[in-house]
Amino acid sequence: MRRVLVGGALIGFTNGLLGAFIVLRRMALMADALSHSLLPGLAVAFILFGLAPSGLFFGALVAALLVALGAQMLARSSRLKEDTALGILYTGAFSLGVVLIGIFKPRISLDHYLFGNILGLSNTDIWLVYGVSLLVVPLLTALQRPLFLTIFDPAVAMSQGIRVNILNFVLMVAIVLTMIASVQAIGVIMLIGLLIIPAATIYLLCDSYPAMLWGGGALGMLGSCSGLLLSYWFNLPSGACIVLVLLGIFFFAYFFSPRYGLFRKMLHARHFHEESLARWRQQPSAEVVGKE
Amino acid sequence: MHSHKLQVSDLTVSYHRIPALHHIAFEVACGQCVALLGPNGAGKSTLLKSLAGLVPRETGRIAFHEREVQGATHDFAYLPQRENIDWDFPTTVRGLVEMGRYLRIGWWRRYRDEDAKAVDEAISAMHLGPLAHRQISALSGGQQQRAFLARALAQQAHVFLLDEPFTGLDKPTQDNLKQMLRTLKEQGKLIIASHHDLQTVPELFDQVILLNGELIGAGPVSEVFTEPLVHKTYHTPTFAGPNGGHHH
Repeated sequence: MRRVLVGGALIGFTNGLLGAFIVLRRMALMADALSHSLLPGLAVAFILFGLAPSGLFFGALVAALLVALGAQMLARSSRLKEDTALGILYTGAFSLGVVLIGIFKPRISLDHYLFGNILGLSNTDIWLVYGVSLLVVPLLTALQRPLFLTIFDPAVAMSQGIRVNILNFVLMVAIVLTMIASVQAIGVIMLIGLLIIPAATIYLLCDSYPAMLWGGGALGMLGSCSGLLLSYWFNLPSGACIVLVLLGIFFFAYFFSPRYGLFRKMLHARHFHEESLARWRQQPSAEVVGKE
Repeated sequence: MHSHKLQVSDLTVSYHRIPALHHIAFEVACGQCVALLGPNGAGKSTLLKSLAGLVPRETGRIAFHEREVQGATHDFAYLPQRENIDWDFPTTVRGLVEMGRYLRIGWWRRYRDEDAKAVDEAISAMHLGPLAHRQISALSGGQQQRAFLARALAQQAHVFLLDEPFTGLDKPTQDNLKQMLRTLKEQGKLIIASHHDLQTVPELFDQVILLNGELIGAGPVSEVFTEPLVHKTYHTPTFAGPNGGHHH
């Protein structure tokens, strides 16, 4: 159990950290598509190499990158936009995976792949989690300034000599690696929740991008560990427990965030109105000046 | 003698082999406000982007302080157009200005006291002190522009490239921006801004560059901003497109 908790904490932290970039770059849909396109890679790797973990790892990595880059190429070489191209390719890839599993009947349980089974983590899976976290977390930390600048202000990033395309590719590889490491524990369907809910929650709480990065990581870790404990005590699926815990925290922030919460907004609207009314009474000539 | 100026010679820029700027050459000294004038499609934005290193140049040479500019440089700051910015980005005015320091100190170096000092100075030069902790969408249009100017100041840029900064500003905001640009000018910065309101040119700028795909004229407002040259700029068809004769 302790081994699983440490693995879960790392997965939560890495996903939460990565989430900051995904939320701000509005890549949630793309990330979801990437997670689905892991399946044909796993199936093909199984058919070719059997259950060897390295084969499965590279199969999944190649399949996800093919779909992501293929969507970009499809969008650039036609009038389709990228979201459409991505939708076409990832459902195609997912279907291919399902059909391959149907034909060759490998010992990959579709259920495990979809919903995850953190208690079934093998030692190899745990090592994969360690390895990916050790690569992705320092990489994103080192690249956070250029990444945030590229997301915020691509033209200026480019004018300052940042290789925007390379950076985007690095981000995509980081996403895919993290997904491969997390899919065994969380499952494809809940994966995207662990990835974006922590960062989305912090986004409603503060106005600092470093805080979003580290806060997202911390919240992901917290949600992951408490979800795991709940799933262990009540014998429930782990991925769903993790996402539900995170969702609870998210809605708390959505309603009660001191800055961007719904209640604060309702109170604030009146406040703004009164403020502007007071200003308007003070300077009756403001209208005339403004119109000149 | 060291010359503080920007020199552009024989600059040609094309998009997909269609030329947008043809053999542009001019020279401007620092400490001035330069208006970039011309009809739609005259290549004003293209010239700014090419100076900022955002679009590749086909031919030509750009030199600043008599040193050739190649690729990215911290000396030039390009101010993005409003619509390209995600105003909900989680950053305060101060966080935005700090980005300017990151550009200067690189991606990994620590943020030091001197950086904080440069940020403070930039914020107060642009009169943003009381707004420093506001999120950027909670600013007015004029304040947002000042915040980006402050970022360029913190970056210690010398050449400020602005795309239509006065568009859509009411009179008080325009006066305020004029004041800010004057502050920058007095610090020896060079400001190049595309502009389309011909009436306000003499009060806002010292120099003009008249552009119509090619260079029509460049120099002090009193010498170059004349009826015949302006007429020539706006009423000769641009080779770039059919909208060449359009007048604002």
